[in-house]
Amino acid sequence: MKCDVNIITGRTIDQGANIDNKLSSDYFNACARCEIGAEDLETLGLLEGSHVKVSTKFGSVVVSVALCDGNMRGVAFIPMGPWANAVVNPDTHGCGMPGFKGVLGSLEPTDEKPLDLKAFMSLCRE
Amino acid sequence: MEITDAICSFCGSLCDDLTVKVEDNKIVDVRRACRLGAGKMLGHERINSPMIRNEAGKLEEVSSDSAIDRASQILLHAKRPLLYGWASTSCEAQSKGILLGEILGAVVDSTASVCHGPTTLGVQEKGLPTASLGQIKNRADLIIFWGCNPIHAHPRHMSRYSGYLPGFFLDRGRQNRKFVTVDVRMTETAAISDEFLQIEQGSDYVVLSSLRAIINGKGDLVPDVVGGVSKEELMHLSDMMRSCRFGAFFFGMGLTQSKAKYKNIDCALSLTNDLNTRTKFVITPLRGHYNVTGFGQVCSWQTGFPAVDLSRGAPYYNPGEMSANDLLMRDEVDASLVVASDPAAHFPNASVRNLAKSPLIQIDPYANATTEIADVVIPTAIVGVETEGTAYRMDGLSLRLRKLVDSDYPSDEEILDKIIKKVSRNGDVC
Repeated sequence: MKCDVNIITGRTIDQGANIDNKLSSDYFNACARCEIGAEDLETLGLLEGSHVKVSTKFGSVVVSVALCDGNMRGVAFIPMGPWANAVVNPDTHGCGMPGFKGVLGSLEPTDEKPLDLKAFMSLCRE
Repeated sequence: MEITDAICSFCGSLCDDLTVKVEDNKIVDVRRACRLGAGKMLGHERINSPMIRNEAGKLEEVSSDSAIDRASQILLHAKRPLLYGWASTSCEAQSKGILLGEILGAVVDSTASVCHGPTTLGVQEKGLPTASLGQIKNRADLIIFWGCNPIHAHPRHMSRYSGYLPGFFLDRGRQNRKFVTVDVRMTETAAISDEFLQIEQGSDYVVLSSLRAIINGKGDLVPDVVGGVSKEELMHLSDMMRSCRFGAFFFGMGLTQSKAKYKNIDCALSLTNDLNTRTKFVITPLRGHYNVTGFGQVCSWQTGFPAVDLSRGAPYYNPGEMSANDLLMRDEVDASLVVASDPAAHFPNASVRNLAKSPLIQIDPYANATTEIADVVIPTAIVGVETEGTAYRMDGLSLRLRKLVDSDYPSDEEILDKIIKKVSRNGDVC
């Protein structure tokens, strides 16, 4: 089952605490995730920790899904980092700032696993 | 040995009350720091040695001189170099970076362009009615957190400046103050606030405009629901804003990165100006990296602008044209120097792919996503831990960061000095 979402990215304390520790599993666990509300989790038929493919017209990425009761239905939060940046809008609309929030996309269950940072960045060098 | 009143070089709060315990030239304990600051001071894994990427695509260790030589050659041969980052280093290193940009005819941009760059644009339109964090601590009886979550991003901000401490005119601390959070999500900051307005994503501009209308006596024009918030809630918030004695409005990426971007800031600044016709109200951006504010200051006093294109022989500033992401998305950049930041982790993937296409030099204490695509890597000392330097707190107060332990790593400033000497021609002022 697919679920349409409005994607926002941003800082979290786990992401911040590992910002100088990016090759660690702690950073991976802090950032390769997508937080959604209970209704959206139910729509997807997934349990927390399952993998989900996030797709927008700018790209796609596989991350773990997590429950966040503070999210409105249809809002997906991905901590800032390489995984979030696979799906954000690179257009700055003439002010230098890319579209890190308010990116329309969809979530769907997947059997794929999230790539770790090194594997993810190696794709950028191809 | 115990070092008191040490300054934390993590976020823009620059907390200056830490006690650091040093044994055998190693920091073994940090008191009063938050999780972010303590983690940095106690240390993470470092880059051991300068490195250059070999023909097989692997980074291999080289001497410092070799890395500086290669970096200098890359920059000398570039036609459109980008010098990016600067948020987590000293003002002294930033100053050297801008000088290097002048010699090379480079674009010099900071992490503000993906953070509070739109704030600068808004401030250039409307001015910044602000105050020091000390004034806010001592006077503010209403605190608005809009599109920000300081409990996660600036964990001690509320306990030091914006909430819990008693102030000179507010002797009961938190009991004297009201907190209001406006956000798309129910964050931890929202959970401890007295009021929370959960707005629809991207509706900040219309909600701010509605508050302005109500405060300016045009409330009859405001619809029953704006951005998912009822008119009654907006009337209540505007009453709180008008009736406070000293209001402080803090904002973050929820405003700068959402749909209207710098126009959100323009509107928030206008709201603050409107409120100042009725009471005292100030507004302050919650700046992220500890010296991103400093880069704006240094670049402005050296070139006239908070980010600058020096390729024309005279400083040029036009965000959206010469900002790092715009240059990368147009595939203009043919060499990059990244100092004290990690654009590979924090730029959109399409920009990162273009960043990786041309030679990339990294100067940083830590391995990160940018290291994975860098061609030359030069490790440096951590400012505020292993070397001293000046930094600007988020409210524009400059503070001198101290050296707490000795280090064999050179400072960013020393590395940049060596590169400047290599790329300078007769007549360059260095």
